[in-house]
Amino acid sequence: MEQLVTVLVFAPLLGALIAGLFGRRIGDIASQSVTTGLLLLACGLSWYTFSQWTWHELAPFTVQIAPFITIGDFQSNWAIRIDGLSAVMLVVVTTVAALVHMYSWGYMAEDDSRPRFFAYLSLFTFAMLALVTAADFMQLFFGWEGVGLASYLLIGFWFRKPTANAASIKAFVVNRVGDFGFALGIMTVFWAYGTIQFAELFPLVAESASRTWDFAGQSYALVDLACVLLFIGAMGKSAQFFLHTWLPDAMEGPTPVSALIHAATMVTAGVYMVCLLSPMFEYAPAARNVVTLIGAVTALFAATVGLAQNDIKRVIAYSTCSQLGYMFFAAGVGAYQAAMFHLFTHAFFKALLFLGAGSVIHGMHHEQDMRRMGGLWKYLPVTYAVMTIGTLAITGFGIPGVDLGFAGFYSKDTIIEAAWAAGRENGIANFAFVVSLLAAGLTAFYSWRLAFMTFHGAPKWGEHAAHGHDDHHADAHAAHDDHAHDDHGHGHTPHESPWSMLVPLLVLALGALAAGYVFVENFVGEEQAEFWRGAIVNGPHNHVLHEMHEAPLWVILAPLVVSMTGLAIAWWVYIAREGMGARIAARRGLLWTFLYNKWFFDELYDATFVRLARFLGDLFWKGGDQKLIDGFGPDGVSALSVAVGKRNGRLQTGYVYHYAFVMLLGVAGLLSFALYAFSRGG
Amino acid sequence: MSGILSLVTFLPFAGVAAILALRFLGQPGERTDTAGKWIALATTLATFALSVKLVLDFDPANTGFQFLEEIPWFMGLSYRMGVDGISVLFVLLTAFLLPLCILASWKTIDKRVLEYMVAFLILESLVIGVFCALDLIVFYLFFEAGLVPMFLIIGIWGGKNRVYAAFKFFLYTLLGSVLMLAAILVMIGVSGTSSIPELMTYQFDPGLQTWLWLAFFASFAVKMPMWPVHTWLPDAHVEAPTAGSVILAGILLKMGGYGFMRFSLPMFPSASELFTPLVFGMSVIAIIYTSLVAFRQTDIKKLIAYSSVAHMGFVTIGIFSGNVQGEQGAIFQMLSHGVISGALFLCVGVVYDRMHTREIAFYGGLVHRMPFYAAVFMLFTMGNVGLPGTSGFVGEILTMAGAYGASTWTALFAATGVILSAVYALSLYRRTVFGEMTNPALAQISDLTWREMVVFAPLVASTLYLGLQPNVVFNITGPSVDALVGAWRAAIAG
Repeated sequence: MEQLVTVLVFAPLLGALIAGLFGRRIGDIASQSVTTGLLLLACGLSWYTFSQWTWHELAPFTVQIAPFITIGDFQSNWAIRIDGLSAVMLVVVTTVAALVHMYSWGYMAEDDSRPRFFAYLSLFTFAMLALVTAADFMQLFFGWEGVGLASYLLIGFWFRKPTANAASIKAFVVNRVGDFGFALGIMTVFWAYGTIQFAELFPLVAESASRTWDFAGQSYALVDLACVLLFIGAMGKSAQFFLHTWLPDAMEGPTPVSALIHAATMVTAGVYMVCLLSPMFEYAPAARNVVTLIGAVTALFAATVGLAQNDIKRVIAYSTCSQLGYMFFAAGVGAYQAAMFHLFTHAFFKALLFLGAGSVIHGMHHEQDMRRMGGLWKYLPVTYAVMTIGTLAITGFGIPGVDLGFAGFYSKDTIIEAAWAAGRENGIANFAFVVSLLAAGLTAFYSWRLAFMTFHGAPKWGEHAAHGHDDHHADAHAAHDDHAHDDHGHGHTPHESPWSMLVPLLVLALGALAAGYVFVENFVGEEQAEFWRGAIVNGPHNHVLHEMHEAPLWVILAPLVVSMTGLAIAWWVYIAREGMGARIAARRGLLWTFLYNKWFFDELYDATFVRLARFLGDLFWKGGDQKLIDGFGPDGVSALSVAVGKRNGRLQTGYVYHYAFVMLLGVAGLLSFALYAFSRGG
Repeated sequence: MSGILSLVTFLPFAGVAAILALRFLGQPGERTDTAGKWIALATTLATFALSVKLVLDFDPANTGFQFLEEIPWFMGLSYRMGVDGISVLFVLLTAFLLPLCILASWKTIDKRVLEYMVAFLILESLVIGVFCALDLIVFYLFFEAGLVPMFLIIGIWGGKNRVYAAFKFFLYTLLGSVLMLAAILVMIGVSGTSSIPELMTYQFDPGLQTWLWLAFFASFAVKMPMWPVHTWLPDAHVEAPTAGSVILAGILLKMGGYGFMRFSLPMFPSASELFTPLVFGMSVIAIIYTSLVAFRQTDIKKLIAYSSVAHMGFVTIGIFSGNVQGEQGAIFQMLSHGVISGALFLCVGVVYDRMHTREIAFYGGLVHRMPFYAAVFMLFTMGNVGLPGTSGFVGEILTMAGAYGASTWTALFAATGVILSAVYALSLYRRTVFGEMTNPALAQISDLTWREMVVFAPLVASTLYLGLQPNVVFNITGPSVDALVGAWRAAIAG
């Protein structure tokens, strides 16, 4: 088993190295085959490990590979930790990664740097595997920033596009803001407990749950402080409220990247971390309230923004943001199992939606604006079918009485019920419960809106004239220019994608159909304790997973009702009264403008942080360095020796020798004088 | 004893002698110049080989000084040499970077080639001497004399404003060295010895410590350089030839940090404790202030120079943290910065050699014509940003961890450097390497040559190796650092 998981983790790295270093030499097809083949291998091994874990009672174990940093108590090792959480993450990561590798054969077929693309994808997969199998904070951080690097490289993959470059930097920097908190959290843990190894840390936390800790002049409850700081890292990586601005922009990257990194895997790393640290969060009630609040606000905020976007990928991006919010508040109310379950099902249906959107974009010759689509179901029947499954899954469609539904039905309803159960005693959890229902309605609306605008209604892609009376002429045009290469889609008929793209879609559709039904008992049901086997800890007072079964009928039915309402409104606005959506947008009402501009977060950050940094940079440089320091320091002194100042340009190199000679003489002279004085005195 | 330290230190002078012989006996001309380059390269490689042997023979378990040499001089002074876990790797770093500097200058220096090579060889000798000296006077001689070749390198082979830059460099360092010399004399006068190992256990009166500490601080703070005495560095870098910048950033700056660990902490422990808040304050200002300034630069070299100041802020924080994580992190950060910043200046040199400008706005889209260069530059940019997996990360996280142990405020402010470094480093990379190539002057720019790849290969390898296996460093520095921290703690407590 040990060799097996070692091979599993390093296979993608091997692929990345081969494609990255020798891609030019061995050619496109060879690079693609090697990386995809190794990923399929890793995927097979992951499912084997997962099945051993789930059905054959594999004991948790850790493979020690090599020491990393060893200084006093600061002990970190390269290791592969296998337990319930990492087993789940292994299948999520490698399955989506393998499918995305396959899909990219078709999607990236026209790109001229495919070896680089596949190398980055495999590199990402390796970093993600290092993250989920870490046994201590340093390796976790290594994977954490490693996936950040891959994300940066892949968002900026089309490096000719200025927007892609800007988006990649934004992603990196905003993530760094999160990592700032993450790093401080790690240090708090280290100095408070004297270890950064999870296995050593968790018992210590339980033993001393009521310790306080001084940080930056204030005294805090230690576990709360550490957890909040670490959670800031999770907020960055998982694009939560305040640190979410990078995720929509990250859609500048190729669509397979959006599916893999910015929907199914990397952005869920924050959720994974909170669940992994459940032995800490269970003793940090204040930190959990923070998690619940941020998660709930994000779920609602992102869903509202998703209502008004026109770019097909951005709608899905905000939807991801919102679903991550669900996962966080699930963890915040203590239902870590539900958070992981939603992470698991979400990976399938969100990757499906993204890759489906990619198929649409591919079929529409790089058109991403939904206002220029419509009626596509006839031309992309398979894509249409799987996207519908994805939409049903994300809206959590299912029949409560018989407990039968799509993947999202099981996981999302569990979260809603858990929030209800926790909300009986905790106001913030109660807020999360209300939000979860509201956001479910909004999710249904924007998801169906996407489906209707894209696949139904009158086709709008034939009309060149649309340019003329399009009131968003400017930004529609910008979206049009998004893809520099091969962009003359208007005259062409949309076409269905090749099989290399459709097969991954079908596999994911299967996941979106069945992942909930098959695994619900293991993840959150009767068998959850046997399934997780200690990987997730519920404190002695945390009974949320039991109490949620006491939910009354209205709580159980409410999600279905609100999502049906969302569907009905979307149908009314975009099918029954087609054109109504455009008219609402054209009116540019206050609310619409607010949502369309994403609550003006970018503008706000631009006006504050970005401008402040520029201002201070210039102030320190021109005012501080040049005027103050140099003015009073060296320039002031040299002004005294006018000759140097004035004859700067005309000085011959010969003078330099003179100075040097004087310097040497000076050193020697000073020294001999000093020694002379010293020998006389001593 | 073995005399290996003197051999490493003065071996470059054999090359100097050979080149001088060539200079006066040979015909001036290209063939002589080439021969001089080969002599310089061979000498530096031999020195490097010897320093590798030094490190291999070094016994990490022994916390004292090793390979001791002591030759009585005059007036009770002695020529004393020796290394411990703190200094030995700096010898290796110096000897490692010098051959790369010679190679990097192969085609780019076209005037006074032989003198240039001589200047670098002398510089190497003196810098290695700084790290090996175990006598105050010997140390001072190496420390100050080392400025002269650097001054010449900037002043003769530098850019347009080289004289201004050299002069600024000279003024700043002069101020520091005069004060340090005065302090050295007082120390010898009071203690009656100039032996560094003896002084490390000598207990100066706390009042006197304060003054001595400040005098040494003046010199080391200029060298680091710490805010606000850093303004000579950007000018010196901009004017210096590429190899000069590599040595300046890679090695000369480390003499300040080394000085703090060799003198300030062990000899003036209570003063060091007293001034720790001052050092922390200056360091966090350096990190935030210079990072923001770096962000606004329009000259590639200035940007990297300012980022060096910010990175050195982490070093001083680590040194004064008073715990092993911080000290180890500081040493590691110095070594790692030596490699990464040296490599970054070489990256600037590559495009400067081709286009003769360092204006960021001139470039853009280099990746289209220079894919290898783009990959190499990306790696070192990530190292500069402190990405895990590169050596830059290990030093940064450990110095911050050390700072946290001493003062959470300091750690809080220092950690903002993690964000700011990403801002300036990635925006530099984006503006030079990514995007469309719009400047027609770049249309024919060529990718790395074989010689340049040979220069970068060892730097790439060490950045990654140190980033993934930093314990190779900690195994060597560990016991000496433990002893240093233990002695400091004991001195403060007692």
